[in-house]
Amino acid sequence: MLDPSAYELGVTDLDRLLALLADDGYNCLGPTVRDGAIVYAAIASTADLPRGWTDEQAPGHYRLRRRGDDALFGYNVGPQAWKQFLFPPRERVWQMSIDGQAFVPAPDVDAATRHAFIGVRACELAAIGVQDRVFGGRPFHDDAYLARRAGAFVVAVNCVEAGGTCFCADMGTGPAVEAGHDIALTEVLGGDAHRFLALAGSERGAALLERLGCGPAAADLASRAAAGIEHARTSMGRRLDTAGLPALLARSLDSPHWETVAERCLACANCTAVCPTCFCSSVEDTADLDGGLATRWRQWDSCFNPGFSYLHGGEVRRSTAARYRQWLTHKLGTWHDQFGSSGCVGCGRCISWCPVGIDITAEATGLRERDAHKAERPAAAART
Amino acid sequence: MATVAEAATRNAALLPRPWRVVAASRESHDVVTLELESAAGETSAWQPGQFNMLYAFGIGEVPISFSGGDPRRLRHSIREVGTVSRALAGLVPGTLAGVRGPYGSAWPLDAARGGDVVIAAGGIGLAPLKPLVERICAERNDFGSVSLLYGARTPVDRLFGACLADWRAQGIDVAETVDHADAGWTGQVGVVTTLVRRARFDPATTRAFLCGPEIMMRFTALELERAGLAPTAIALSMERNMQCALGWCGHCQLGPWFVCLDGPVFDWPRMRELMMVRGL
Repeated sequence: MLDPSAYELGVTDLDRLLALLADDGYNCLGPTVRDGAIVYAAIASTADLPRGWTDEQAPGHYRLRRRGDDALFGYNVGPQAWKQFLFPPRERVWQMSIDGQAFVPAPDVDAATRHAFIGVRACELAAIGVQDRVFGGRPFHDDAYLARRAGAFVVAVNCVEAGGTCFCADMGTGPAVEAGHDIALTEVLGGDAHRFLALAGSERGAALLERLGCGPAAADLASRAAAGIEHARTSMGRRLDTAGLPALLARSLDSPHWETVAERCLACANCTAVCPTCFCSSVEDTADLDGGLATRWRQWDSCFNPGFSYLHGGEVRRSTAARYRQWLTHKLGTWHDQFGSSGCVGCGRCISWCPVGIDITAEATGLRERDAHKAERPAAAART
Repeated sequence: MATVAEAATRNAALLPRPWRVVAASRESHDVVTLELESAAGETSAWQPGQFNMLYAFGIGEVPISFSGGDPRRLRHSIREVGTVSRALAGLVPGTLAGVRGPYGSAWPLDAARGGDVVIAAGGIGLAPLKPLVERICAERNDFGSVSLLYGARTPVDRLFGACLADWRAQGIDVAETVDHADAGWTGQVGVVTTLVRRARFDPATTRAFLCGPEIMMRFTALELERAGLAPTAIALSMERNMQCALGWCGHCQLGPWFVCLDGPVFDWPRMRELMMVRGL
């Protein structure tokens, strides 16, 4: 039974928490401000966090601005997902030499770094869960991914404000952190107080909170934290009606709507690069000059890239419409068949970071409207 | 510091195993068959219809179906179309090729026992069907009438000519066609579909196995349906870009399916609607 104690932490306690994680050998990673965006990088203390910053997000729009308070987690998600640390953008899979009689594998370069992720949002936790099923939930397990995943300590943060492109509430992934974390924090500011409600999500999270030795949460802290999460839930910037969506997409493969998206889509692959669940990769084999030492690399790929569907003779998906259709029908539809959940966690990154502001929720709605229209038309035809 | 053993096991699923080329024979102007034996004393429990990832050291890896052999000696017939397949086809006896596998689904041969069989192959599509035909020949009495319908682009593209003659001698009804004839060709000209109408089989008991270009499989399956076969009695082998064969890289997705894991052999009902959509 997990310790149900709710602890009350101050900012200095959070600094001590980071120090304890570092002492335990974790490489602490968290949100930081760089180049006008909030990105995940190594942090040593709360001084490295984006204190007093928030983000403004809309289709094709992301700006940081000052909040006017000292909140450490007063923003939503930036362009990067935690995916980059568990499933690196480019990874040496193996290296080996050939001695004529055998292949001789070289030692692994990927030392077993244990990361502590600080400030993981509910949608991002859900995304990590999705990738766990991709790399560990089917016949073949990616041992390198699973080793990194098992080593990761997750300090999650509940969102108390929703961003302009957020729709986790509709995807059932947030805003409340529910599973997969070690510790869940909720930041509560008020008056002169800057407090965090801390709850354990795992045995090791409970052990760490106990070592931290903070007192129990004051009576108002839990209720104010819950109110903050409820505020986030009711102020989502976007909505997505998921009812019957996989079936709707399956019968919309020849919808004219794909062409209307393709008129705007640049097939730039930004959406797949920022998506926390997109898992496609390409494999590249290289060799040194004398051909005796070979290396295999794996790097992120995108279903929007021209060569992605290459088969002798050309690409299967030649048009942008076909590529967008693949992305959307996979993300919101066939993902359910493959992995038992949607591939979308409602983080809104693909909307904010699309250079032309294509909005996945609006396109899903557009497909739904065309589908309804199609259903009406045969009836109308039958009457005449 | 990780040891070599750890390095070998951490990414074991992506690490090719060394198999020695023991024979290489040219089947046509652009197809070579490699025979491979494990350099580490391993065996492979493969089934007809499945494939291996074949690795040309330092150059790359491609999915290639089994075209024959046994657990100790693997046969792969490779059409030279790109950098990797050319490198593999150029391997000489004594050198090493990397092998990962076997992967994917097998031809549902057992379901065909006791009835008639129609096998339709287009081009290099005959290679993945070859071990299936060989199994049928080895257990010929388990099957009724067996038709092999084979279409090649031109007479010089015909593969496994000696096998075709051998199979005829073993009671397989082999019908051939070419898309484009040359001066020496006296046989049928046209698409494989036209051969379906001439084949003799009892649609109620027939199982069909198709491998070739998608358009050829689509029209052949539709023709077999028209001839009275149940859609579930038709199996076909699909091809997509594959880079891992493990369900991770995502390239081989076709609708809800990962061709590497769920295929390459599918029954027609699972493919029927998907194959009617352009650019899926």
